[in-house]
Amino acid sequence: MRYSGFKVIKEALTGHRGWGPAWRDAEPKSNYDYVIIGGGGHGLATAYYLAKQYRQSRIAVVEKGWIGGGNVGRNTTIIRSNYLLDGNEPFYEFSLKLWEVLEQDLNYNAMVSQRGILNLIHSDAQRDAFVRRGNAMILNGADAELLSTEQILRRYPFLNVNNARFPIKGGLAQHRGGTVRHDAVAWGYARAADQHGVDIIQNCEVTGFRIEDGTCSGIETTRGFIGAKKIAACVAGSSSRLMTKAGMRLPIESHVLQAFVSEGLKPVLPGVITFGAGHFYCSQSDKGGLVFGGDIDGYNSYAQRGNLPVVEDVCEGGMAIFPVLGRVRLLRMWGGIMDMSMDGSPIIDRTHIDGLYFNGGWCYGGFKATPASGFAFAHLLATDTPHETATAYRFDRFARGCMIDEKGMGNQPNLH
Amino acid sequence: MMIDHPTLGPRDAAEFVYMGCASLINRPDWQAEDALQQFIDYGYQRDNPSGAHRELWFHEGGDRSWLVVTRDTVTHAITQVELARDVARREGRSK
Amino acid sequence: MTQTNRLQGGMIDRSRTLSFRFDGKAFQGHPGDTLASALLANDVRLMGRSFKYHRPRGPMTAGSEEPNAIVELRTGARQEPNTRATTAELFDGLVANSQNRWPSLRFDAMGVNDWLSPFFAAGFYYKTFMWPAKFWEKLYEPMIRRAAGLGSVSFEPDPDSYDKGFLYCDLLVIGGGPAGLATALRAGEAGARVILADEDFTLGGRLNAETHEVAGMAGHAWAAQAVARLADMPNVRVMPRTTILGAFDHGTYGALERVSDHLAVPEKGKPRQILWRIYSKHALLAAGATERPIAFENNDRPGIMLAGAVRSYVNRWAVTPAQNVAIFTNNDDGHRTATDLRTRGVNVAAVIDTRPDAPDGGDFEVIRGGVITNTSGRLGLTGIEVRTADGGQRKISCGALGVSGGWNPNVALTCHQGGRPAWNTDIAAFVPGSTLPPNMSVAGAANGVFTTHGAFHTGAKAASQILDHLGLSAPAPDLPEAEDGPVNLTPFWHVKDAKRAWVDQQNDVTAKDVKLAHQENFVSVEHLKRYTTLGMATDQGKTSNMAGLAIMAEVAGKSIPEVGTTMFRPPYTPTAIGAFAGRSRDKDFRPVRKTPSHVWAEEKGAVFVEVGMWLRAQWFPQPGETHWRESVDREVLQTRKSVGICDVTTLGKIDVQGADAADFLNRIYCNGFAKLPVGKTRYGLMLREDGIAMDDGTAARLADDHFVVTTTTANAVGVYRHMEFVRQCLFPDMDVQLISTTEAWAQFAVAGPNARKLLRKVVDDDYDVSNEGFPFMACAEITVCGGLRARLFRISFSGELAYEIAVPTRYGDAMIRKLMQAGEEFDVVPYGTEALGVMRIEKGHAAGNELNGTTTALNLGMGRMVSKKKDSIGSTLSEREGLNEDDALKLVGFKPVDNSKPVPAGSHLMTKGSQVDAAHDQGYVTSACYSPNLGCHIGIGFLKSGHARTGEVIRLVSPLTGIDHEVEVVSAHFVDPEGERLRA
Repeated sequence: MRYSGFKVIKEALTGHRGWGPAWRDAEPKSNYDYVIIGGGGHGLATAYYLAKQYRQSRIAVVEKGWIGGGNVGRNTTIIRSNYLLDGNEPFYEFSLKLWEVLEQDLNYNAMVSQRGILNLIHSDAQRDAFVRRGNAMILNGADAELLSTEQILRRYPFLNVNNARFPIKGGLAQHRGGTVRHDAVAWGYARAADQHGVDIIQNCEVTGFRIEDGTCSGIETTRGFIGAKKIAACVAGSSSRLMTKAGMRLPIESHVLQAFVSEGLKPVLPGVITFGAGHFYCSQSDKGGLVFGGDIDGYNSYAQRGNLPVVEDVCEGGMAIFPVLGRVRLLRMWGGIMDMSMDGSPIIDRTHIDGLYFNGGWCYGGFKATPASGFAFAHLLATDTPHETATAYRFDRFARGCMIDEKGMGNQPNLH
Repeated sequence: MMIDHPTLGPRDAAEFVYMGCASLINRPDWQAEDALQQFIDYGYQRDNPSGAHRELWFHEGGDRSWLVVTRDTVTHAITQVELARDVARREGRSK
Repeated sequence: MTQTNRLQGGMIDRSRTLSFRFDGKAFQGHPGDTLASALLANDVRLMGRSFKYHRPRGPMTAGSEEPNAIVELRTGARQEPNTRATTAELFDGLVANSQNRWPSLRFDAMGVNDWLSPFFAAGFYYKTFMWPAKFWEKLYEPMIRRAAGLGSVSFEPDPDSYDKGFLYCDLLVIGGGPAGLATALRAGEAGARVILADEDFTLGGRLNAETHEVAGMAGHAWAAQAVARLADMPNVRVMPRTTILGAFDHGTYGALERVSDHLAVPEKGKPRQILWRIYSKHALLAAGATERPIAFENNDRPGIMLAGAVRSYVNRWAVTPAQNVAIFTNNDDGHRTATDLRTRGVNVAAVIDTRPDAPDGGDFEVIRGGVITNTSGRLGLTGIEVRTADGGQRKISCGALGVSGGWNPNVALTCHQGGRPAWNTDIAAFVPGSTLPPNMSVAGAANGVFTTHGAFHTGAKAASQILDHLGLSAPAPDLPEAEDGPVNLTPFWHVKDAKRAWVDQQNDVTAKDVKLAHQENFVSVEHLKRYTTLGMATDQGKTSNMAGLAIMAEVAGKSIPEVGTTMFRPPYTPTAIGAFAGRSRDKDFRPVRKTPSHVWAEEKGAVFVEVGMWLRAQWFPQPGETHWRESVDREVLQTRKSVGICDVTTLGKIDVQGADAADFLNRIYCNGFAKLPVGKTRYGLMLREDGIAMDDGTAARLADDHFVVTTTTANAVGVYRHMEFVRQCLFPDMDVQLISTTEAWAQFAVAGPNARKLLRKVVDDDYDVSNEGFPFMACAEITVCGGLRARLFRISFSGELAYEIAVPTRYGDAMIRKLMQAGEEFDVVPYGTEALGVMRIEKGHAAGNELNGTTTALNLGMGRMVSKKKDSIGSTLSEREGLNEDDALKLVGFKPVDNSKPVPAGSHLMTKGSQVDAAHDQGYVTSACYSPNLGCHIGIGFLKSGHARTGEVIRLVSPLTGIDHEVEVVSAHFVDPEGERLRA
C-alpha cells in the first residue's frame, strides 16, 4: 500500500479502515540466504538495501525484542556529515545524501529536516581545527560554512554572549545537517524491506552460532535454528555480548549515553547547535520538545540508564550558552548503550569466520550513519567487497596502525 | 555511584576518573617474540562482559590512587574495590 | 461575584485574601490554594487547550499528574511555560496566562484542528507531506512547528539562582502520606537519621483530601501532629515541596526542593530551587497512588475530572468544581466522592456505576450498570448522556463529572533501575515488581495497599525491617486506628463504540488511535507509545498509560501484563534545567584559574584569553596601539631584540622523586633519561601506549633521585594521571613518588639576548648564571632576591637565550614586579600567549595544534628519538606499518610565494597542478602567524613526505575561507635554525 496525501484523506473519510500493518510479523523459516541479526535502524536498512539495491532475496531480520527498540529509538535524532578524516567523511556524506532521498525512496515521511547544524567555536585553536575540518568536508564534496558570531546571533539571538565563561568566537555550520524523526526511520525501513519480501522476525533472540570448520551456517535462536548462507551481526551496543557467542573479542566497550527531552515549547531553536567548551548539544523536535545531550557517563555499562553527574554536566553546558532555558523543564532522561570502539570509528567487515559478517562500533554516531551503514553492509554481504565509502572500517586497522581517530584520543573508548 | 575506597571509605564516583578494563595492568613483555601482536591485543581487544567487570578508576579528586573496582555492568552493583597497586603486584608486576 | 464555588471548611487560611490574575482577569483566593483550586473557586473551569486538537480543557486532577491545566506562570524573565495549575501555590500578585491558543483561550483559531481531526489520526504525518521533497523544510515543517509546542519561553536569561546540596541519611522516606509518616515516626523514634520528602507543600497525602478519621481526629489534623512530632526530632529532616526525581545507583536519589516557587520572587539571597543529591542507606517509597480515568465519548470537557480530585478540591480546598456534580465510576471510591459532596451540600446529579451490583449510595441516585455515552458543553461541561443497564438513554445535566476507574500505585521510582512492575489482579493495577532498586522498600498505596490502616501497617512493617538492617532497636509500634475498607472494583477502561474517547488528554490520543496502532502492527507498548505519542506528554502518561495498555490488550486479545508496561524514566515530574545546572551557568559555568601575575597583568591592561580553565594574558596593549597585531609584533620584536617576560605557570609541573626516578622517566618518555646528569634538563616526548604522541615537555634533574617534569598546559592533568597509572599499575615496585606541583610554583620565562643580564640582577650572587657556569639546558635550585628559594631552568621555547625561573606561588606577584623592575634598563616587555605562539612557530616548536592526538614522533620529525633499546610506553605499537609509511606526514614550514598572502591554519595542501579534492590531499597547516621578523605570514604543518619536499612550491587551499594560493615548503625552523641564539 502506497502512502500519500490522497490516501490519508480517503482513509480519514472512511474511518481509517484501509490501513494495513506497516510490516508483517513473519514466522522464521528454516533457512535463508541472509540472516541479519538486529532489527534496529542499521539492520533494517541493511535488509532493505540488500533486497532493493542488490536484488537479493530470502532475507530475514531477527530481533530479540521489538524492532527499533535500541538506539534508533533513543538517540537525539541528528544527521550531519561534518567529519574531519578521510576514512569517515565520504561515508557520512554518502549517508547524508541517502537521507536526502530517503522519504521518497521509502515512501515514508521520516521528517528529514535539513535545518542545519552549528558547532560553536570558543578559542583560536578550536577555530584552526574547525577550519581544517570544514575544508576536509568541502574537499569531500560536503557543505560547510564558517560563521562569525554576528551571523550566529542573527539565527540564535538569545545565545549568551554578554556573560559567557567561554565567549563564542564563531561557528562551523553545515546547513544540510539537521534532524530526522528517529523512530520513523526504523518503521520506514521495516515497511519498505517488508514490501521487498524481507521477513522481519520479532521476539527472536539469538542464543548461539552454528560454526563448523571455520564456517558459520546458521544461528540458534529462542525460536529454533535458522540456517543461512550469510549471517550479518548488526547489534551495536550489544556487539560484544553477541559476538562472544561466536568466540570473538572485539575492539569495543559498551557505554551508556544519556539523552534528554524537555517539555513541549513553542519554537525556540531553529537548528541543531553544539557548545564547543562543554558537553551540550540541542535541537527542537517538531513536537516542540528540546532534545539535548552531552557526554557519555564514561564507565562500561549495559544498563540503559545513567547517573546524575552527567545530567548536571549537560544542563550546566546548556545554561552556559542558553541561560534562557533555566525555567524550561527537563521532561525525561534515558540512556542508550553505545558500542564505543577503540578509535571512535565503526567497523563494517567480514569476520575471520566464513559466512559471519559484522557491523558495529558506532559509538554515538550511529543514527546519522543508518542509511550508509545499511547500504555499505548490504554491499559487503552481496559482493564480499567493502563499499567504496567504507573501505577504512576494517577490523585489522588497529593491527596495521591505521586508526580513524577523529578526536585524537587513542585507544581509550570512553574518551571518544 | 559510590565507590567504597579501601582506605578512604565510600566516595562519590564523580571524584574518580574511569579508564577501562583492569586487564590494562597486564602489559606485555616488550621483548617477547610476538610482542607486537601481544601489544595489539592488549591495547585493542576487550572482553566487555555484561556482568562482573574488573575495571580501573583513578581517584583524581582524592588521594590519586588507582583502584580496581569489580562492578556489574548490568546492575552497576560493586562487589569489590582494591588498590590497583596491590592487584598489580599480585598479578606479578614489579619494576 | 467571587469564589462562588467556595465551600465551608478546608485547609485554607480564610483570614487572608490573595489577589491574582489569569488571562488578564483579576481573581481572589486564599493561602493554601493552588492556582487550580482558586480558579475553580471562582467558577473557572477552562484553563487550557490540548496539544493537537486545541480542545478546551480544565483540570483533571489535583496534583502533579495533571495533563490539562497547564499554564504560563509569571511574566517577563520569570515566565515558566507548562506549569501545572494544580500544583502552583497561590501567592499574592500571581499572574498566569493560558497557552497554546490564539487569539484567546475561549476563541482559539487552531480549534479548527478539532473539526479536521479525522485527518489527523495517529501517525498521519508519516504518510504524507512528502511531495515535493523540498517543501518539508520550507512549508510543511514550519507550519507544523508553529502549531506544535505548548508554552513559550521568555527569551530572557533566568534571573533566579539555583543551588545544589548533598544530604546523607539512614532512611529516605518518599512521600508524606500515612505510610510515609508512620515509617518516618517509627524510624525517627528509633534514632535513625531520616529524611522525609513530599512534593506537596502540606504533608499528609490523601489524609488531607479525605474525610477519614485517624485516631479519633480528622486525618489531616493527625498528619499535622505527626509532622510536628517529626520536626521536633533532631535526627529527622522534613522536606515539604521536595520531589524525589529519580532513584540512581547505590542509594543516591535526586531531589528537587522548591524553596521559593510559592513566592512572587525569591527572598534576597535565597535560591529559587535546590537540587539535592541524597545518599541513603535505605529508602522507603510511600508515594501513594494515582487515580485513573475511564475513556468515553467527549470525556475531556472542562469540568470532567477524577473523582478523587473532586474530593481533594471539596475537602482540602473547600471548592466544588460546580454546583451540580455527577460521578462515573467502576469502584466504591466514586461513591465516596458523592458522599463527600453531599456532606458539603453540593448536589449530586447521579452516580453512574458500571457495575450492575454497585452498592447503594445514600442520598443520591446510583445508576447501576450504566455508562456515559456522550457529554455536552463546548467550554465547560453542561451535561452527560447515559446508557442505562437496560439500554435506555438518559440525559443528565451537570457542571462537573468525577470519574474513577480505580487507582494505580505510583511505582515509577521502583522502575528507575530497570525493574518491571507486576500485575495485581485484585486491584487491576501494576504494583512494584520483584526487582527493586537495592535497599528500597515500598509501603502503602504505592504497594497496592489502598486503606489508611494498610498504609500505617505496611509503613510500620517496612520501618521495622529497615531498622533491623541498621541495627537499631525499634519500640513496638503504636499505630492509630484508621479506616480499612476493602477495594471493590470491576475493571472498566473505556466505553466501547465511542467515536472519540480520549486516553491521553494532553496529546489528544483517543481509543481509536490505539486501535489504529494495533491495526498497523504497532502492538508492542513501545511502538504504541511512539506511534501514537501516548504517554509522551508533560504528565508522562501518569493518567493515560494504563487505559492505553488495556485497550491495546483488548484489541490484541491479550492480557494487560502480556502487552507489557512502558519504562518509567526520571525525573518523576519535569524539572527546571536551571536546577540541574545550579550555579554553574553563564560566567560561572566553570571555575577560573588565574596565574600568579594576573593582578599585575590586569594593572598593565592585558587582554586575557581562556586557555582551558586558565585565564592568560594574551597581549599587553600599549597606548596608541589600535590593533592587536601591533602589540604582538612589538612584544615579539622587543623580546628577540632585548628581553621579554611571560608567565608560564600554567605549564604542568610534576615532581618525580625516588631511587628509581630516572628509570621511571625512561619508561614514560620515548627518549632516554637514565643518563641525564644532575643539573641538566632534557626535552622529552611522551607517547601513548598506541604509539601516538601524548605530550612533550622537559624533565630537569635536580638530584640523582629528583626530577621536575613539565607538561603542556592542556595535558597537565592527563599526563599526571597517566604517570600515576604507569607507576601504580604497571611498575608497582618502582621506588618513585609523584606529585603535581603546578599550583605550587609560579614560573616565568625570561627570553631574549639580555635575559642573562636581567636575571643576574635578581639571582643571588652565590649562583653562577654565566654561559659557562649555567649553559643551555642547565637547571638548578637557587635563591633569588636575597634568599628566596627558586628553581632556574635554561630552556627556551622562543628560540632565544632564555630561562624559566620558578618561585613559590605566593611570591609570583612579587617576582613579576621584581623582574619587570630589573628589566627596565633593557626596555623589557611582558609578552602574552600570542607572542609566545608567534615565537614558537618561528622556531618550529610543536604545541597543541601539532600534538593533536593523531601524530607520531615520526610525524613530528622526531622519529629517531624513539629509543629501540629500551621499553617505554608506546614504543612497541609505534612500529606498526600504518604509522611508518614512506610518505608519512612530517612537520615542515610554509612561506607564501607572494609575501602579502596569509598561510592560515586549517588550510589543506595540494600538489601543484593536481586536482583539488580529498583524494589528492597532501596535508594541512596546523599553526600559523604573521612573523614580524620575517615580515610575512608563516605556517607550520604536516605534509606528506615532509622535508624531502623542501623548496617545492605547493598549493594551499582553504575553500571554507576562500583561499587558494601558492606556498613554498621550508624548514619549520624559521628563526635561528642552528640554535646559536639559545646557546649564546
